Amino acid sequence: MEYKISNRLRLTAIILMVVGLLGVGYGFITSNKSFAEVETMLASETHHGDGHSEAAGHVEETHQVETVRHGDHGSDAAHDEGHEVVDEHTKHVNHVMHAMHNRPWSAFYVAAFFFMMIALGALAFYALQYVSQSGWSPLILRVMEGITAYLLPGALIVLAIAVASGTIGHFNIFVWMNPDMVDPSSADFDKLVAGKKGWLNTWAFAIRGLIFIAGWSLYRHFSRKFSIAQDKANDNKNFKKIFRISAGFLVFFLYTESMMSWDWIMSVDPHWFSTLFGWYVLAGMMVCGITVIAFITLYLKSKGLLPNVNDSHIHDLAKFMFAFSIFWTYLWFSQFMLIWYSNIPEEVTYFVTRIEDYKLPFFGMLAMNFIFPLLLLMNSDYKRVPWFVVMAGVVILGGHYIDIFNMIMPASVGDQWYIGIPEIASLLFFAGLFIFIVFTALTKAPLVQTRNPFIKESEHFHY
Amino acid sequence: METSKVIHAIYNDDDVLMAAVKSVKAKRHHIDEIYTPFPVHGLDKAMGLAPTRIAIAAFMYGCVGLVVATLMMNFIMIEDWPQNIGGKPSFSYLENMPAFVPIMFELTVFFAAHLMVITFYLRSRMWPFKKAENPDPRTTDDHFLMEIAVHGNEKELHDLLLETGAVEINVVDNTH
Repeated sequence: MEYKISNRLRLTAIILMVVGLLGVGYGFITSNKSFAEVETMLASETHHGDGHSEAAGHVEETHQVETVRHGDHGSDAAHDEGHEVVDEHTKHVNHVMHAMHNRPWSAFYVAAFFFMMIALGALAFYALQYVSQSGWSPLILRVMEGITAYLLPGALIVLAIAVASGTIGHFNIFVWMNPDMVDPSSADFDKLVAGKKGWLNTWAFAIRGLIFIAGWSLYRHFSRKFSIAQDKANDNKNFKKIFRISAGFLVFFLYTESMMSWDWIMSVDPHWFSTLFGWYVLAGMMVCGITVIAFITLYLKSKGLLPNVNDSHIHDLAKFMFAFSIFWTYLWFSQFMLIWYSNIPEEVTYFVTRIEDYKLPFFGMLAMNFIFPLLLLMNSDYKRVPWFVVMAGVVILGGHYIDIFNMIMPASVGDQWYIGIPEIASLLFFAGLFIFIVFTALTKAPLVQTRNPFIKESEHFHY
Repeated sequence: METSKVIHAIYNDDDVLMAAVKSVKAKRHHIDEIYTPFPVHGLDKAMGLAPTRIAIAAFMYGCVGLVVATLMMNFIMIEDWPQNIGGKPSFSYLENMPAFVPIMFELTVFFAAHLMVITFYLRSRMWPFKKAENPDPRTTDDHFLMEIAVHGNEKELHDLLLETGAVEINVVDNTH
């Protein structure tokens, strides 16, 4: 069945993009506070806030805490008791000012990554369907192809923001992009970051990113091409080709996804490292990808465009949402518990900052990503009810946005975070872009593959 | 109790059996029991059996396991003897919770799985040294047997079952 994007949907997408862009611009303009402005703001906070009569003492104390947390200031400065309070004060104000400048950058980056990860998760899921020769899913393969159309532009935007934050911006997301950090003669020299400069330097970062994106997009391009060619073929040659490139892609994907998560996410905290981080990011992106597949399938079905999709298909998608939510929690907990238990200072600062400054998002996302889907999607009857799946999916997507937020924000904006105009506007902008690209891509081919060898099985799929 | 008779219709194909069940149900006869050598997909639906509630039981057993684990470790580690073991905070359950989660998880699974299995054994009356209730040993190998109680309609049932493709029809005294 051919799909034509409705004018209302296209208009919604465009409005989202325009409103989002305005909000993002507003975020960039208002965040650009000068030193004096930040100073007055902090002073008024100190007097109104916790009633410290002695402003200098408060600044000193806050700064020490932050030194311990961030660790990237050089450890000598803070411990000299009473050593030039004014200097400490300047440092503190500078620190807060940078955090404020980072906020619109990070908000934009988090939203860009979030939507990119949906497309990438859907692409991995798509490849899995071919490799496992699934009989249930061929009916919704075209939906997945539509979603993965966002991958190329989305991933390029993520990479562009990352590189721009270090070239036109002031190292607003990735501190290691600052050349002073690897320059031994500089006051900002950081031995740990300098030791990693063989991997963490802007050129290598950009080139690696382009290689990842090229690999993923090539797979996406050819699988889409063969999938459309298969519709008109007389044999299954194209299907076999997709099978083979899917198997190859999954190998490539697992390596590059892992490296991508070190580069694009973990390196915002260049002092911190975790071995299962790539898996953790993978689990999150799979949940989001599958949830969006379920959303778009339900949307198209509600328009009567996917008549053969029955509640068993929805049931299967909901089962994947449920299972990957639990898998995500398993990895989240494995990472958290190992670090919490051994409590090694160089690792544990990561969670100390998050629990101190991000208590609600940090534990809130656990409820959204684990407890909510666990209880909502456990019952097998509920998994067949569209509004139930949508409700659970909305919570899951919200939870995983906060998950990405928790990964990026503590490193760049620290305790200056807030979910306000820059964050919501960035989300709206990318939501609009995502809807626009995905639904335009859906119009480019029939919504159901016609000559997939498993399409009959999928049409009669019943659980 | 009067001596009742049952009719045993034997089939040698699960598809034929399924069709037979549907036509017997359509004639509004009550099927007492069906013996098959392997699970026949959709047979319970065709017979109109009520869905199982064992998953609900398992969920509740899992909750019991979670509560047992929590109460046990809260009493042992926090209330009874809160020692400092390697610097782990034993001031409250929540503070030391990550260390307890593996046990909470395992006990939840343990209770859910084992109690569910025991429930299954009890509900389906299975235990060691139990006398097998098998009307015909061939039904454990390659035959399917449908058992219908006879209430003076022996001839009618016989004809109906023969029509549905039964390869053998016996009328026997009810043994249980």
